[in-house]
Amino acid sequence: MPVQHDVRALLAFLAPWEFSPAALALCAGAVLLYARGVARMPVAERPGVGRRLAFVGGWALVYFVMQTRWDYWSQHMFFIHRIQHLVLHHLGPFLVALARPLPALARGLPDGMDARVLRPLGHSRPLRLAYRALQNAIVAPVLFVGLIFFWLTPPIHFDAMLNARLYLVMNWSMLLDGLLFWALMLDPRTRSQGALIGFGPRIFLLLGAVLPQIYIGARIGLATHELFNVYSVCGRAWPISPLEDQSLGGLVTWIPAGMMHTLGVLVLLARWMRADNEAHVRAAAVRG
Amino acid sequence: MKRLMVALSACLALAACGRHDGVWRTDNIDGLMPTLEFSLIDDTGRPVSAQDYRGKTVLLYFGYTSCPDECPTTLSKLALALKQAKDHGAGDVVLFVTVDPQRDSAGRLYAYTRAFGPQFVGLRGTPQELTALSKRYRITYSYGKPDKNGDYEVMHSTGVFVFDGTGRSRLLVLPEDPADAIAADLDRLAG
Repeated sequence: MPVQHDVRALLAFLAPWEFSPAALALCAGAVLLYARGVARMPVAERPGVGRRLAFVGGWALVYFVMQTRWDYWSQHMFFIHRIQHLVLHHLGPFLVALARPLPALARGLPDGMDARVLRPLGHSRPLRLAYRALQNAIVAPVLFVGLIFFWLTPPIHFDAMLNARLYLVMNWSMLLDGLLFWALMLDPRTRSQGALIGFGPRIFLLLGAVLPQIYIGARIGLATHELFNVYSVCGRAWPISPLEDQSLGGLVTWIPAGMMHTLGVLVLLARWMRADNEAHVRAAAVRG
Repeated sequence: MKRLMVALSACLALAACGRHDGVWRTDNIDGLMPTLEFSLIDDTGRPVSAQDYRGKTVLLYFGYTSCPDECPTTLSKLALALKQAKDHGAGDVVLFVTVDPQRDSAGRLYAYTRAFGPQFVGLRGTPQELTALSKRYRITYSYGKPDKNGDYEVMHSTGVFVFDGTGRSRLLVLPEDPADAIAADLDRLAG
């Protein structure tokens, strides 16, 4: 009996709190496309286990915070909401970008779609301009940090937590911006190989973007009055004092977010060194 | 960067001052929440729905009768506001939805709510109906551990949602809002 009860409780926990077909389609679609692509790749070209785990893990985490009971807790507990955004904006997209999934995803598409649909899209001028307008050294970090500040502006936060549609806009904007940002930042290519920003400037941007996050995290974490009263107005998921909840939420905004940027810098350094080595090997091969 | 920081802190500081717009004295949430809809049982045992209260200004509040402080404080403040309002709030109704239907029987709810005034009505529902309603208005509640007498506390929302005669969400009354502000806003809402 207790086992049955546990299973039921687990299923209730995993069942979507507010079912979103879009979230399911995106997370499951990405993983299925990737799996198909990996299966169709020549064995020698397939990504290693680590990369596969990073990709699937990233999407699994995104799905978990958006669609399970975690979402209910996020609506009624500030620090859980901050963890939800940490996953949507930092950790999930970071893992996906870390996996360098584009070759496998392209291979997973139906035959001919790559050439018939994606390439023309990639060459379409308006799309390229729009992508460049977002993905550059000024707009990308400003958007990344700006969204955090925007949704943490108390009256905006208040409305987002009361209005179901605004709540979805908030979470999706964090996820989509996270994917754009980390794809741009963790690009394995050098500038000459096609990356939009070189390794050096990207390291600088990653470190620079930490400062405002430390600032807002500390401001919230160390505040001595309630900044986000919507959780008191609507009730908390379990008993915890408003200031305790707020301090924890501030710490989540401050420390793990900063750590993700530091990790990003380490990844970039490794990718930079590898790209450099490969260039040397190629140069040596040409000379040899 | 420094100027950006200053601008951002100003933004935060301003924002922390609240969302009053100079017209309303409580929080304006016009259309932010779904229209008033529910089907519950009232404190006389009669099945009721939101339709039964159309034409009235509805003040929706979640609580429980064993509540030691917050609920009686809020309800007496609402009672005072209704007394100060035009026609003593004849066009208003306070719906008190219990988040503790296990202990709050219809009789107990009736005795509790009427003590605050004739416009106060207690509502209860099955756990499923209560979950549906709380999900709709994005509120929640949780139960504390029972003591040796079996008494337990219930943590719940503190806001009072105000809907106009058409069921549209209009105002949110917070614990710190004074009775005269509520009365003024109810008068403005009644036109």
